[in-house]
Amino acid sequence: MIEGIGIFKSFGDKEVLKDINVTFEPGMTNLIIGQSGSGKTVLLKSLVGLHEIDKGRIEYDGRNFTDMSHNDRKNIRKEIGMVFQGGALFTSLDIEKNVMFPLNMFTNMSFEERLERTNFCLKRVKLENVNKLYPAEISGGMQKRVSIARAMALNPKYLFCDEPNSGLDPLTAIVIDNLIREITIEYQMVTVVNTHDMNSVMEIGDKVVFIYQGKKWWQGSRDDIFDSENKELNDFVFASPLSKKLKKMK
Amino acid sequence: MKFLFHLGRYAKLMRMVFSRPEKPGIYWKRTVEELEILGVNSIGIVLIISFFIGAVITIQTAYNIENPFIPLYLIGLGTRDSIMLEFSSTLVGLILAGKVGSNIASEIGTMRVTEQIDALEIMGINSASYLILPKIIASLIFNPILCFISMIVGVFGGWAAGVAAGVVSSDQYIFGIQYAFIPYYILYAQIKTLVFAFIIASVSAYQGFYTFGGALEVGKASTRAVVFSNILILFLDLLLTQMLLT
Ligand SMILES: Nc1ncnc2c1ncn2[C@@H]1O[C@H](COP(=O)(O)OP(=O)(O)OP(=O)(O)O)[C@@H](O)[C@H]1O
Ligand SMILES: [Mg+2]
Repeated sequence: MIEGIGIFKSFGDKEVLKDINVTFEPGMTNLIIGQSGSGKTVLLKSLVGLHEIDKGRIEYDGRNFTDMSHNDRKNIRKEIGMVFQGGALFTSLDIEKNVMFPLNMFTNMSFEERLERTNFCLKRVKLENVNKLYPAEISGGMQKRVSIARAMALNPKYLFCDEPNSGLDPLTAIVIDNLIREITIEYQMVTVVNTHDMNSVMEIGDKVVFIYQGKKWWQGSRDDIFDSENKELNDFVFASPLSKKLKKMK
Repeated sequence: MKFLFHLGRYAKLMRMVFSRPEKPGIYWKRTVEELEILGVNSIGIVLIISFFIGAVITIQTAYNIENPFIPLYLIGLGTRDSIMLEFSSTLVGLILAGKVGSNIASEIGTMRVTEQIDALEIMGINSASYLILPKIIASLIFNPILCFISMIVGVFGGWAAGVAAGVVSSDQYIFGIQYAFIPYYILYAQIKTLVFAFIIASVSAYQGFYTFGGALEVGKASTRAVVFSNILILFLDLLLTQMLLT
C-alpha cells in the first residue's frame, strides 16, 4: 500500500499540490484524473521522489519514504516501475537493450536469463520481432508498450504510469489499459495511473481520485462517478455530448 | 550571486558524479563507448586543423624573418614552440569544447527534457555518475593523445608547407625543431590538456544536466556549454602558464 499524507508542493510561489491525502491498495488500478495542468504529473513524481515535497509524508507499506536517506530510497526505487508521459525510452539503445537495462544494472542473471526475461516482458505487452529496432523506429503506441515492458522487467511491487495511453487510438488505448490491469492483478502490484481519458476511467477505474486545481476534490470507484453530484467532477467527466447522453441514460 | 549558485550546484553535481558506482563493469563499458564517441571521432578534426595551423605558422614566421643574419632554422624552432606551448593544448581545447562540449550538453540535455534522466533515477541509478563519469574519464584518457597527435601533425604541417613554399630547407627545418628542445614543454602542454579535458566534459555535462524545458533550451544549454568552457579554458590557460612556466 502507498500512502500520501498531507502532501503540499509548490514551485516558487506557485502552489501546485495542496493538502493531498491518498491511499493506493495493491491488486487494483488506482487512477488519478484531472484537467491538464491540475497537477497529476507533479503528484506522481512527488510520490516517487522525483520532486521533493514541501510538507507531508509518503509511505510505502509503512516505510516512511519522505524522511528516508538517499540509499534507503534507492532500495525502494528498485521495487518501483514507472512509465513516463513521454515514454522516456533510452534513445541510444535498441528496444531489447531498453527492456534489459534494469536487469543489467540490478541482477546477476546470465545473459541468456536476461534475454529470456526481456522477451517475456516484450511478449507480455504483445511486442515481438522488434528487439533490434530503436525507439525512433517504432510507433508511439509501441513505445508506450516498450516502456511498460521495461517498467515490468524487475517485477516491481509498485507501478506508476503517467498517461500511458494518451495520443493513442481508442483500440490501442484499451489494449494498454487492460494490460496494465492484468499485470496489476496477476502480480498484486500497487498501480497508480494518471489519465484524462474517460474510456480508461470506465474500463479500469477500480479507484478514482479526481484532482481539481491541486486539491483532491473527489474519490470513489468508476461506478460511483455516475451517482456523484460533485459539480466539478461532472463537468470534467461528462464534458462531451456523448458522455452527457450516457449519464442521462443511466 | 548567480555565479555562486552555479558554483555550488556544480560542486554538488561533481560530488554525485564521483560517488561510488553501482556496477563498475558497466561503467567501464560505458567509458569505452565514450572513448570512441568523444575521442576517436575527434581525431579527424584535430589532424586537419593541426596540419594547417602548423603550415600557416611556418609561412608567417618565414615571412617575418627578413634579416639575412637570422638563421632560417629558427622557423622550425618557432613553429615547434608555438605548436607545443599553445596550439596543441589551448587551441585544440577550444576546438574540442566546440565539438565535444556541445555534443555532451545536447545529449545529456535531451535526456533531461525527455525524462530519460528521471527514468534512470527512478530505477535507483545515480544518473549523474552513470552519464557523466564515463565522459570525464574518456576525455581525461583521450585528450592527451589528441594533444600529442596535434604536436606531431602540426610540426609536420610546418615542414610540408615550408619546404613546398621554398621558405626553408628540409634540413634547416629539422635542425630547428631539434634545436634547444625543452622536454618539459610536453609535460606542460599535457597538464593543461588534462585540466581543459576535465573542464570541457564537466562544464558541458553540468549545462546539459540542468536543462529545463524543451528542444530550444537544449540548444541554449549546448551554446552555453561551449561559451563557458571556452572562457574557462582561456582563463585557466593564463593561470596555468603563470604557475608552470614562470
Ligand atoms: N518543474 C516545474 N516547475 C514549475 N512549475 C511546474 C513544474 N512542473 C509542473 N509545474 C506546474 O505545475 C502545474 C501542474 O502540472 P502537471 O504537469 O502536474 O499537470 P498535469 O495534470 O500532469 O497535466 P497534463 O494532463 O497536461 O499532463 C502546471 O501548472 C505546471 O505549470
Ligand atoms: Mg501530466
